Parts: sequence; C-alpha cells; structure tokens
Amino acid sequence: MIRMEDEKMKKLLAMLLALALVFSLTACGGDTAQTGGDDTQQSGGDTASGGDTASGGDVVRIGVFEPSTGDSGAGGKQEMLGMQYANKETPTVEIGGKTYNVELVYADNGSTPDKAPTAAAELVSKDVSLVLGSYGSGVSMAGGPIFGENDLCAIGVTCTNPGVTAGNDYYFRICFLDDFQAQVLVNFAEEKFSAKKAYLLGELGNEYDQGLISFFEQAFPGEVVKDSFPSNTSDFSTYLNKAVSEKADVIFCPVSIAYSTQIVKAAGSMNLEIPILGSDTLDNNMVLEAAKGSNVSVYVSTFYTEGGSPEFDEGIKAWLNEDSTAMTNNGGNDTIAAVTAMGYDAYYTALEVLKNAGSLDLAEIKAALPSTTYTGVSGSIAFGEQGDAVRDTAYIKAFDSSTDAWTLETVQTVS
Amino acid sequence: MQYALSILLSGISLGGQYALIAIGYTMVYGILRLINFAHGDVFMAAGLMMVYLTSFLGGLLPAGLVIPAGLLLSVALTVILGFVIERAAYKPLRSAPRMSVMISAIGVSYLLQNLATYVTGGLPQMYPEIPGLSKTVTIAGVSTKWVTIITPFLVVALVIALTQLINHTKIGMAMRAAAKDFETAQLMGVKLNAVISVTFVIGSFLAAVGSALYFTNYQSIVPLSGALPGLRAFVAAVFGGIGSIPGAVVGAFLIGISESIIKGSSWSVFSDAFTFALLIIILVVKPTGLFGEKVTDKV
Amino acid sequence: MQRTNQKGARTAFLCAAALLLIVLLIENLSVFLPAASVPKIFQSTSMLFTVLKKGVVYSLVAVSMNLLNGFAGLFSLGQAGFMLLGAYTYAILTIPVASRDTVYYIYNGSAINFSLPEIFGGGPVGLVLGVLLALILAGCVAALVAWLIGLPVLRLKGDYLAIATLGFGEIIRAVLQWDKLGPVTNGANALKSFPTFSSFNVQNDAGQVSLRLSCFVPFLLSGVCIAIIVMLINSTYGRAFKAIRDDEVAAEAMGINLARHKRMAFCISSFFAGFGGGMFAMYANQAQARTFTTAMTYEILLIVVIGGIGSVSGSCIASFLYVAASEWWLRFLDTETVLKSGFKVPLLRNGFRMVVFSVVIMIVVLFFRKGLMGDKELPDLFRRRRKEGTAK
Repeated sequence: MIRMEDEKMKKLLAMLLALALVFSLTACGGDTAQTGGDDTQQSGGDTASGGDTASGGDVVRIGVFEPSTGDSGAGGKQEMLGMQYANKETPTVEIGGKTYNVELVYADNGSTPDKAPTAAAELVSKDVSLVLGSYGSGVSMAGGPIFGENDLCAIGVTCTNPGVTAGNDYYFRICFLDDFQAQVLVNFAEEKFSAKKAYLLGELGNEYDQGLISFFEQAFPGEVVKDSFPSNTSDFSTYLNKAVSEKADVIFCPVSIAYSTQIVKAAGSMNLEIPILGSDTLDNNMVLEAAKGSNVSVYVSTFYTEGGSPEFDEGIKAWLNEDSTAMTNNGGNDTIAAVTAMGYDAYYTALEVLKNAGSLDLAEIKAALPSTTYTGVSGSIAFGEQGDAVRDTAYIKAFDSSTDAWTLETVQTVS
Repeated sequence: MQYALSILLSGISLGGQYALIAIGYTMVYGILRLINFAHGDVFMAAGLMMVYLTSFLGGLLPAGLVIPAGLLLSVALTVILGFVIERAAYKPLRSAPRMSVMISAIGVSYLLQNLATYVTGGLPQMYPEIPGLSKTVTIAGVSTKWVTIITPFLVVALVIALTQLINHTKIGMAMRAAAKDFETAQLMGVKLNAVISVTFVIGSFLAAVGSALYFTNYQSIVPLSGALPGLRAFVAAVFGGIGSIPGAVVGAFLIGISESIIKGSSWSVFSDAFTFALLIIILVVKPTGLFGEKVTDKV
Repeated sequence: MQRTNQKGARTAFLCAAALLLIVLLIENLSVFLPAASVPKIFQSTSMLFTVLKKGVVYSLVAVSMNLLNGFAGLFSLGQAGFMLLGAYTYAILTIPVASRDTVYYIYNGSAINFSLPEIFGGGPVGLVLGVLLALILAGCVAALVAWLIGLPVLRLKGDYLAIATLGFGEIIRAVLQWDKLGPVTNGANALKSFPTFSSFNVQNDAGQVSLRLSCFVPFLLSGVCIAIIVMLINSTYGRAFKAIRDDEVAAEAMGINLARHKRMAFCISSFFAGFGGGMFAMYANQAQARTFTTAMTYEILLIVVIGGIGSVSGSCIASFLYVAASEWWLRFLDTETVLKSGFKVPLLRNGFRMVVFSVVIMIVVLFFRKGLMGDKELPDLFRRRRKEGTAK
C-alpha cells in the first residue's frame, strides 16, 4: 500500500517537474520571441538597441557559424572574440546609401560534422545575409552545401582544408590553405632543424589532421613515420616515446586544441627534446597554458602575430581586460590568438562585401564577393580562383619557456 | 630497450587506472547485472570536481592545504554522486526489465556529459598538479611521473583492503550473498538497498581515486574523457570474469599493457578496435572470462 | 477478423498517402505562392524542413532498431555501425566520376571509377534508378556484414549482446577510417558531392526550383521501408520474433528455429539501418565516419524508448519530436538572453539545451517507462475510443 502511494507520489512529482519545465520554457520562448534578434551572446549595448527593432528594415544579420563546444570550442570562441570586438568597434555599415545596424547571429556547430548541418540550417532560417566561419574545416564542409542550396555565401575564417571551397561556389575564405601551410612547415623543419625524419601524428578520422599530414608527407623530402590516434585518446606518452625511439628530428602534430594541450603536456613532463611543429590550431592560449613551466619546444605556423597591428592589439587587449566573459573565452589572459585577428578581419571583409554589393540581395552579395579586397590586420585579403584567399605569408611562432609566451620565430613566404 | 620499458611503464600505469574503474563495473554487474554506463562519466566528473574545487579552495585555504583538501572533498563528492545516481536513476527501476535499467544508465551518462559540457563551456580543463605524484622520475633512462610508479602499488593495496572487506565483514558477506542469488538473499533478510548503495559508494570511491591518478598523468579533462577509459575498463572487467575483483584487476593490467603495445606498433589505428575485438572474442569463446564463475540462466 | 484487418490496412495506406500529399503541399507552398504571402515557417529556408528530413531519416532507423529491440527482443547497440556502412556504400557508389578527383584529393582519385546514376544514363531517370539501387545495395552491404557478425555474436544474450554489437560498431568505424583503404573509403576525409535530397528538386530552364521534392522523397522512401517492416511484423515471421522475445524456451518448444529467426531479424534490421544510413548521408550532404559514433546509437535508442519499445508509430512520432526539440525548439536555451526589462535570464548559456534535454529524457526513462505509445500503435488508440463509444 505504502509502495503504491510512493509510486503515485513519484509520478505526480515527475509530472509537476515536466510541467514546470515546459512552462518555464514556453515563458522564456515567448520572451525571446518578443525581443526578436536579441539572442546575441556577448553583445554590448549597441546591438541590443538594434535587436529591439529587429522587424525594422535597418538591421543586417551576419551569421557566425563557429563551434563554442567540442574539441575546437576554445578556438571557435577566440575567433568569435575577434568578430565581437570588430562588431563593437563598427556596429553599423552603409549599404546602398542606407545605414544598417550589424547584428551577429550565432549558431554553435559543436565542432562535429553531424551537428553542423542543423546549425547551418538554423542560420539560414534566421535570414542572415552572409555567414562567417568556421574555425575548423570539417564543420565548414558539412555546413557548406546547406548555405549553397539557399544561395547564402559563407566566408571561411580559419578553415584551411582545400575541400572547403572546392566544389562549392558559395564558400570563400580569407586564410591560407593546408598545402601551403604544410609546405611552410616543411621548409621550416628543413632550414631550422635540418630534419631528415619526421614523426606525424593526427587524430584518426579527422579531415583537418589527416589532410595536413598527407600534404606534409608529400612535401617532405626525408623519411616520415605516420601515426593516428583514436578520438578521445588521452595517453600520448606512448606516441611521443615512439617518436623518440624512431629517432625523429621533428614531430608534426596538426591536431585540435583539446589534443594539442595533452600532447604538449605529455611532452613537457617527459622532457621531450624533439621539437614539436604544429599547425594554426596550436596557436592557442590553452597550448601556452599547457606548455607553461616546461622546456618543451613548440613551433606553430599561424596567420597573425602580436605586433602586426599595434592599434588593434591595444584596442582588443583593453576590451579583453574590461569584459570578463571575453577574457574567460580567451583562456584567461590577454594574449591575442591569430584566430582572433582573423575573426576581426573576417568581420570587416564581410562589411566590405556588403558595401560593394550595395543591397541585401543574396545574389548581389555573391556577385560582389569575388572582387572584394580588404587590407586587414593579418595582411591583405583578396579572393582567387575557387574563392580561396591569395596569401603567401605565414608566421612561425615559438614557445619561449622564459616568458611562457609566443615569440615570433620567422616569417615564411612560399610562392 | 628504453622504448620497450617506456611502453611497459605506461601500460602498467594505464592498467592500474583502468583497474580502479573496472572494479566498480564488476561489483555493480555482479550484484545488479547492470552495465553501469555512467561509471566512466562519474570518473570524469570526479576529475572536473577536483579542478573546480582546487580553484575554489585556492582563495580560502593556505596553499599547502588546497590540494589535499580538494582531493578529499572531490572523493567525498564523487561518492555522493555515485550514491545519488543509484538512488535516483536505478533504484526506481529495480523491478523493471534489465534493459530499462541499462537505458537509464545510458541516459545518466548522457546527462553527465552534457552537464560537463555546460559547466566547462566546452573548454578542456587542466587538472591541478598534485605535489609528489606529478614529479618526474627517471628509471633506466626513461623519464616518467611518480604516479606511474605508485599506481600499481596503490591498486594492489586497495584491492587487498577491498577483498578483506568483502570476505571478512558483515556487509561484505551480504554483498556476496546478493551477487550469488539476489532474491534468496533478500528472503534471508539482507537489506538489498543498503548493499547496493554500499557497492556504488565503493565503486565511486575507487573511480575517484583512479581519476586522480589518471588525470595526473593526462591532465586535460573534456566531457568525453570518461567514455573511453570507461569502456576499456568494462572490457577489462569482462576479460577478467565479471563479478570477480582479482579478475578485473588482472584484466585491466592486461588491457592497459596490450593497449600500450599496440599504440607503439604500426597498427596504432586499431588500438580501440583491438580492445573491442578482444571483448568479442572473450564473450564468444569464454563468456565467463578468466576468473568468472559459471552462471546458469534459470528458465 | 480478416475483413477488419484489410480495412485497417486500407485506412493506414490512405493515411500514409495523405501524409505524403501534405508534405508535398507544404514544401511547395513557397514555390506556388508569392513569397510574401507564405508564412515564414513554410518558406524554403525554414528549420521545419531540415527537421522533417532528419526526423524522417531517424524514423526509419529507429523503427529498424525497434524491430530488433522491441519485437525480436535482441538488445543491439550496433545501429550506428550499420548506418555507417550504408552511408559509405551509398556515397561511394553515387559520387559522380567527374567529382571523384576533388573528393579523393589526398589519394589522387578513387579506386572505384563508376557512379550508379551515370551508369543508368544520368538525367532524372538515372538519378532515381541510381539512387534507389545504391540505397538498396547500401542496405545489402549492412545486412551482409550483420550476417557475418551475427554468426558468433547472436549466441550472446541480453547486455552481452549489446556490448558486443557496440564493439562491432566501433571496429567498423576504425576500419573505414583506415588510411590503407583510402582509395575506396577516402580515409579520414568526408565523402561528398553525391546526389542528396535536394537533387530531386525539379528545376525549370532558368535554374529556379519549380517543384520541390527534397522532403517528399525521404518521406516516400522511409514510408515504403516502414510499411515493409510493418508487414513483416504482422507476418508469421513477426509473430515468431515476438514469441522469441517473450520466451525463448517456449518459442523453441513450439518449433521456432531460434538461431535462424534471430539471424533474420538481425539482418533485416541492419538492412534498413544501412538503407537509413544512406539516407542520412543524403540528408547531411556528406558521409564521414566520425559522425557515426556510439552517441548516435544512444540517440536512436533513446528515441525508441521515448516512443515506446515495440511500437512502430511511437518510434516515428518520437523521432520527429526528438529531432525537433533538440535541433529547433530548444535552441533558444543555448543563447544568453537579456529581456527587454534588462533582466538577464539565468542559466541560459551554450550547452544548456542539451542539459534540459537530457533531464527530460531521464524523466521519460524513469517515470514514463512505457514511452509515448507503450507497445500500442496509433490505430489502436482510435480503435479503443470507438469501442468505448459503442459500449455507451
């Protein structure tokens, strides 16, 4: 009997819980619907006022197709910081003689290709005029066709895999490509370390990692040892020991941030002497944090280095120190990641495109994109064939164990 | 030689950490016949709690006390978490088919992972350094952390303590009785709910200790950090014979070492696949594992 | 009895046809009517259609899992692995020859140099025949692998079977990602550029869409597959499956060949999982092994549970609800919101959506164990009401 009561009580409780949840949800839902486009994440006061008049004609929406969770969440957040800062700096744009408020619309693609299509569809359904992103290549490729189908153009920020723009007329990008990046690192490995043997380590089934690894393999004249680790691996000491026993001169690990922090940590704790070469993903404060206090030698190829534009550095540092959420998203300090600079440039490139298009018509925007040029903090941006950026410069940064920060090692140009 | 030693060392320490998780699996399965899919996530949660506790306590306590206090508290909280999960998600389903309980376990695992993503904001968290354990030591030219050396000894000590508990205390006897025959034990006056709770408490305690060792070695924690060690530990439990604690430990060390060897070979792509292939082979060839007792299904 | 069954079948068929028509109509509202007069939700950019497409693909996969778990009583967690096989088979067979060099750029072209739609002469006819054949072959490959796996694994029971099939899913994934198979599977890289649901949209000469079929096609495909599954469940085989589920020993005593029927259920379920996997590739515009993880199997399992284990219509309804809730309705939970009054809604932050969602799932699993439909079907509900009506 008591048992029965117990059961009933529980059912009642569950019903109440569910009801409460539904109510709170609908309540929130109603409110968000009213405030319309106000669902920006860390928008300052400027866009909030714009959001209230979302139904009015003077708002232009730019989609931000970036991961804020998952393996590349940290990188995606830093990239968004650049856009948010740029948006704070220049919240309006003049299109066809009319001033529009720019509103950033976010969709989290979760760093995985299976969540990317719906995130892309979400942006499409929110009537954005242009999409920026993403940080990683896999998600860009997964979301790309959705944008294409709806005549929406996307500007990739740091997705470096060739497959992003190949076969998709609607995807453009402002960063260099992986074959270029791999070549840069191969040259660097040869010049600096006269490397004869390289150990290549990437995540199994990750398009970005494996793409860079095979480009590196193709470009590297010496011997290579390739290895792949399954997703969610956390024991990297075995792999690093293997590199040692293979007597590799360099280790090349173009992996996502979550893994790179672990690799760098493992390398630090085993006093690895072999230099680690990383791709643009490793240029991240989390990696610096992981390398802190060790003598590990890490070199990364990247898009921007602090000091490239003192004005931008100063401005964004001031903003980061002011805004605690932004600071957390940047990894807790005010070191400027290259992806932040790229996000910043992407935002201004987007504004430039909108200005050139002179209207919010998607076809006009597409027509205006290929010929748009912009000189940003990371260099000049122009789109070549296939919509890829024309870039011939990459920076190589090194981890300096005395200051626990990046120092510029060299600037590499490959023609 | 050096390389072989480094592989062996990392295999042994991995094995030790898996062993601590595997015991939780094997004890729960022994009594409830439930694959506790959430166990790996409890392990991950223990690590995350340590991260947040140390940063929280950092402002309250003198520097020397932060880590020990954080460790104690995180172990205590993990034990509570394990207890609560059992009470909230498994106990209401005691009379339901086994499949429902397993689905509930999958649901809890899903919830813990999503909760971790929410709390960490999807960013990897760095496990604090535990003084002593994190120090590097060089053995025959291979540098490794102290934790690698300590793990196997700690595991053996804990297992001895646990076997003493199970073989020589009243609650231990009740656990054995419940594992042997659930219903008869109940009829004999064994308070099953208490027994099951104790099982989960012990399992979570060991998972928390395991997580301290594991994350000292591999410091960054992401929401999915527990999934793979969890599955491997489960395979270890099956390998050793489910329900048998020494079996789980032996199985875990074997799995840990063979995983290390495969990672070190040119077949590293299949290091995960190997674990599962091993599982299937055992299940098909000798479902009772190395030390498991033969269970006859009642009609 | 016979007559009521026939009548029921006819009604079900009519309902399905009506549903298909409605989908076709809704989808084409924005084509036929001037854009301004169509409500936003029915415009082609709406989330509604993404959700419908994903939902209908998941319906098929969930029903195929339900066939195994709910009707045959075999608790298998290998669904994602079979979907993966299906998706890859479909993709490899249908990527146009001209695109193969770009898709397989790392491996300097593909080892397989034909494409089914092109073999059938390209054009609309080639597309329909090629895609259909590729999907069927996708199912066959999955079924074949299931047969092989089933030989050792189906001897296991209950949760051992579950964990073994889960392991097989992971093994299949590792094999398909293997570098050495790259010229066929494209290694780690995604397979793309193959015909998707949108390829079925009819375009006029100006390149504009004159008839949208991108939602209708998956509904039709899933509908036919689910109808076949339902017919199977209602056949002698289906009754044998249920008998095995309810009591193996009794079933065997009644002369049911256990091994044969289990293997059959496993293969058929895998066939439709493979078919569904091919459709999932069409929905996602690409096929990449790393998307088909254990988490996906769990997702489908939860759908089956929410819908009710042993209810086909329950699985279908739950698929749509699940997809819509997780991808669409609850999305606002992920964004920080400041109300007009300046009040910042607490807790709303990235990831909160999935927390709320998993709490809801736990509530269903714990307190509404039978799910939406229990083991009843949609028509049963109406029938009971009618009976009650006549009783009065």
